[in-house]
Amino acid sequence: MHQTALVDRHRALGAKLIPFAGWEMPVQYQGLVEEHKAVRSAAGLFDLSHMGELWLEGPDAGRFLDFAVVTAPSKLAVGKAHYSMICAADGSVMDDLIIYRLGEHRFLVVSNASNFETVGAALRERLPGFDVRFDDASMRTSLVAIQGPKSAAILQPFIGVDLSTIKYYSGLETSACGVPVLLARTGYTGEDGFELFTAWDDAAVVWDTLLKAGEAEGLVPAGLGARDTLRLEAGMPLYGQELDRATTPFEANLGRVVKFEKEGDFVGREALAAAKDHPRKTLVALKLTGRGIARTGYPVYLPAAAEAAGVVTSGTTSPTLGYAIAMAYVPPAQSALGTQVEIGIRAQRATAEVIALPFYRRST
Amino acid sequence: MEYPDNLKYSVEHEWLATDGTVGITAFAVEQIGDIVFVELPAVGSEVVATKPFGVIESVKAVSELFAPVSGKVIAVNTSLGDAPETVASDCYGAGWLIKIEPSKPDELLALRDSAAYQAMIAAS
Repeated sequence: MHQTALVDRHRALGAKLIPFAGWEMPVQYQGLVEEHKAVRSAAGLFDLSHMGELWLEGPDAGRFLDFAVVTAPSKLAVGKAHYSMICAADGSVMDDLIIYRLGEHRFLVVSNASNFETVGAALRERLPGFDVRFDDASMRTSLVAIQGPKSAAILQPFIGVDLSTIKYYSGLETSACGVPVLLARTGYTGEDGFELFTAWDDAAVVWDTLLKAGEAEGLVPAGLGARDTLRLEAGMPLYGQELDRATTPFEANLGRVVKFEKEGDFVGREALAAAKDHPRKTLVALKLTGRGIARTGYPVYLPAAAEAAGVVTSGTTSPTLGYAIAMAYVPPAQSALGTQVEIGIRAQRATAEVIALPFYRRST
Repeated sequence: MEYPDNLKYSVEHEWLATDGTVGITAFAVEQIGDIVFVELPAVGSEVVATKPFGVIESVKAVSELFAPVSGKVIAVNTSLGDAPETVASDCYGAGWLIKIEPSKPDELLALRDSAAYQAMIAAS
């Protein structure tokens, strides 16, 4: 089991540590709901050092990524980032990614912890013919995220750039808390926030500094439990639940990510073009109107039907909204807003309605 | 954390009072986290020792509730439907779950007293 550079700090803070994607990670500190609400109202500090950081560098780096993933990273301006996916030749999703362009010929691909080996192997396999170096920096890179409306105010004193000039989905190599960082205005919570990539051991000073400075502002350490409920409220997919090798981007309502108009071939192009207008299932947002909480794997039925028509991919009771929410795959014909369905919760069925994503959107 | 001396405790972290009332222990409350939903059996149904009789859910996960002894359910704490968090705030009082009329008195011997239960969780 891997441990992050901050594991002793998590223990000292009273975190409950669980195995996650091969890592021993904090699932919660003082309480999931308290952490969730702190991120919505003030700020939360997350250790995300389990994520994968894969660097591509060389004259062909942009052209290579255009071939290897479904977006067109070669079109990114230096200092900008975008959400992307890497697909298999059959059009199924191998992982979802954030790709940063940090130089004319230098890109950082951030993958899920559970997938960095798969993504690394797929990128390496797609390398021949391109003049580009691949470097998996996952095991020597830490990642600390500060998320929530007070993030910028808490972070600003410890960084030499004016944070109001850093736009959403931008990345900048600078220093913070006295150590070199890649600063990105990105996140997975539906709030404003920053992610700070550091050398492995440098995470400690960033973590300690922000935790102490943020305390008076209401910042708390936040675990993977709150991260999951925050992303679900924000309608963001989680690989392994909404996305997997049995799913195309179109089925997950992420077809806009696939850039068919880009030049040249890319892995999965043919299969994705064929799959575009023929989804086998459609991801929907559900609000439970009946009693109970939908969970991953629970069956979804059309009213009074005996056979399940779909399956819940993620579900919880929403700490912000106060009712149970879920994402689920249903037949495309039953995915319209307002569609009534039933969720099998143990021996009972709870009614639910298809509503629009996201469940929660921050007021700006 | 408190473990009242007048209760008996199961290895699945439920407590049983002499009048047949069943709840979950302070240790279980802490393990589960923020409690948001409780599902309990109907009055008149039968529960079986060490078998699930209901579920308790946190924001994150579903946990089963295991009967400490076998018997008939003679009362259910229906107030938990609207206020499941009571289980966390008062697990030995207002947060009780069900009341059982035990059918197999021998099963009581398998339960631990407060000191033995605390020793068990300290070793876990």
